[in-house]
Amino acid sequence: MATITVDGIEIEIRTGERLNAIEAAARAGVEIPHYCWHPGLSVVGSCRMCLVEIGTRDPSGKVSMGPKLMPACNTLVRDGTVIVTQSEKVQHARALVEEGLLLRHPVDCPICDKAGECRLQDYYFEYGQAEGRRADIRPFTSRRRDLGDVTFFTDRCILCTRCVRFTREISGTSELMVRDRGAHEEIDIVEGFPLNNKLSGNVVDLCPVGALGDKDFLYKQRVWFMRRHQGVCTGCATGCSIWVEENQDRVHRIKPRENPEVNRWWICNDGRYGYPHVHDPDRLVGAVHRDAGRTVPLDFTGLAARLRDGLQASGGTLGAVLSPFLTVEEAYLLATAIRQLDSGAVLAIGPVPVVGEDERFPGGFTIAAEKCPNRLGVEKVLAHFTGGVTSFDQFVAKVGEGALTGAWVSGGYRDPWIEERTAEKFARLKTLVVQDLFPSPLSKRATFELGGAAFPERDGSYVNRQHRLQSVGWAIRPPAGTRTEGSILWELCGREGLYNASVVLQELARKIPAFGAAVGDFSDIGIDLRLNQLA
Amino acid sequence: MNSDDKNIKWVEEPALGLAGKSYIPLIVGGITTTLKHLVGPKMTVQTPEERHAMADPLGYRGVHRLNRDEQGSVKCVACFLCSTACPAHCIDIVAAESPWPDREKYPQSFTIDELRCIFCGMCEEACPVDAIELTSLYDLSGKSREEMIFDKQKLLSVYDQTKDAEPMRSVRERDRTEKTN
Repeated sequence: MATITVDGIEIEIRTGERLNAIEAAARAGVEIPHYCWHPGLSVVGSCRMCLVEIGTRDPSGKVSMGPKLMPACNTLVRDGTVIVTQSEKVQHARALVEEGLLLRHPVDCPICDKAGECRLQDYYFEYGQAEGRRADIRPFTSRRRDLGDVTFFTDRCILCTRCVRFTREISGTSELMVRDRGAHEEIDIVEGFPLNNKLSGNVVDLCPVGALGDKDFLYKQRVWFMRRHQGVCTGCATGCSIWVEENQDRVHRIKPRENPEVNRWWICNDGRYGYPHVHDPDRLVGAVHRDAGRTVPLDFTGLAARLRDGLQASGGTLGAVLSPFLTVEEAYLLATAIRQLDSGAVLAIGPVPVVGEDERFPGGFTIAAEKCPNRLGVEKVLAHFTGGVTSFDQFVAKVGEGALTGAWVSGGYRDPWIEERTAEKFARLKTLVVQDLFPSPLSKRATFELGGAAFPERDGSYVNRQHRLQSVGWAIRPPAGTRTEGSILWELCGREGLYNASVVLQELARKIPAFGAAVGDFSDIGIDLRLNQLA
Repeated sequence: MNSDDKNIKWVEEPALGLAGKSYIPLIVGGITTTLKHLVGPKMTVQTPEERHAMADPLGYRGVHRLNRDEQGSVKCVACFLCSTACPAHCIDIVAAESPWPDREKYPQSFTIDELRCIFCGMCEEACPVDAIELTSLYDLSGKSREEMIFDKQKLLSVYDQTKDAEPMRSVRERDRTEKTN
């Protein structure tokens, strides 16, 4: 145990824990302002915003303070370290740093996308001087340069070099550098080698000011109009924690959510820019019943009963395909509902899309080749119901043999996932229910065609490839006339009231040993499902 | 406060005399007022042909306008501060990259729902570039709700109509400083 004193508050840290003064102060609830330091990057100590007074307390209790201010980011704390963050000396230093940074800043906050979440703005209000000493500073338009994946506003930059360190340490691509010297320093690329890698979007989040602009988000929204919701990226099996930021049911951007167990502070560009399909006008919406060549739009009142009757009317064995895009709760409800209708129903997992190989980056970030969020979760549910996992090909073969008369196929894939040739085999079924995001050869053949939910519209949990279960709520409502898988299946199971994912999760966690770790509350970073098996 | 509070001073209504009970002084007073107005100067104005003189048209909060810069293009930089400040949520802006080299951002579309607007003038206060202003035009009417949703063109045309009578605040301030210097 080591005892640290921050502004008179004593905190204890474990022996062997390596914390710098910023982290130690944060534990005591004291914020030390900083620009260049980031927990995921190396320390450069260049912004000087985190200057604090550092001293030591010797065993007799005598405190001796250092003569000069020290950068908190580059000072490791040890037993007896005393940090003073509110003295006049420190406040003066902070005000000077702010003044220096703003001397050459365009102050074009009204048109800057960062305004509202900008460190320079926040710190100036908090630590800057009430009045500038130079009257000749007027707002001007920043110079702008294209760096490849992002756009760079030269004059807004405060040279913290977080972006440069990111490309060197995390993405390992080293596209960015600092050009020139002294007051002429600028972030730049080498001519002909633009910033172009799968993690490049993170430099926009890292930038504490508005210098690096996201081309996708540029000028679309002011940040204070958006609400952020906890989410999980469904682009691949890594299952990064994300923030879904929306305004009036429209997703405007996706940002990484810190999760030390999964993605740390980063997400890849595929996940970051992987939301436009949510607002695709070609999405399947509403519900349609096809009967003897007639297409009748269905109302949601009594829909579950009609689906149940339709499936039962097929008269033989039923089957269900549980897509790896379903949440654990939805997969469980679908399996339960189909087994309620036919206790010998065939349950299978949907096709698992795999593209190329896992991509690993020097910083430890991995983009999985498996492009679906919940294969493991669905497999665990299937194992509970059937004792094993039936693949989609096996299911199609059974349908082709005529072993089934009715089936429920859930989709939710972003890309076309089924070919005409495979879909033809489903023509033998008397009743086919398809709930999917986009029209497909299969949905055209469906007796009941239901529009499905996209990932920000779902409530539920996903199990990533490290067996980590993460629960999230919906961020936006599905398009008008569409109901999420969860709410339809909830009704199909004959449950009362509205779909409640946490009720389902608690139920299945108690029933299925593989989900035992999810009983009760767990934190936003999820829970490792292998925990209970180790115990 | 209780009715027996010592700070309350109770006043009794004075008892009516004979004149009061007969109502005659009051009737005479009323008729005198009517007669005065009958022969005195007329206050009524025949709108819309005639208008009341406005004490300060520049301070009046009527229909909005979008100001133009020296090049004649819209001054607005699409910062959304007016729509942020608007308590009635009647301003809708779609921002885009500006086609002009002198600025970054401009409003691709800018609409104000004049039916929703409560004419509080907060948009004008919030604007950092003096682009949105309220004019002294108060007689706005339309045949449908859609007609009352003013788009960028319409708001710019309000500026063209009123710019001579009511110069922009920035122009007024410039003129004033020039005069004092």
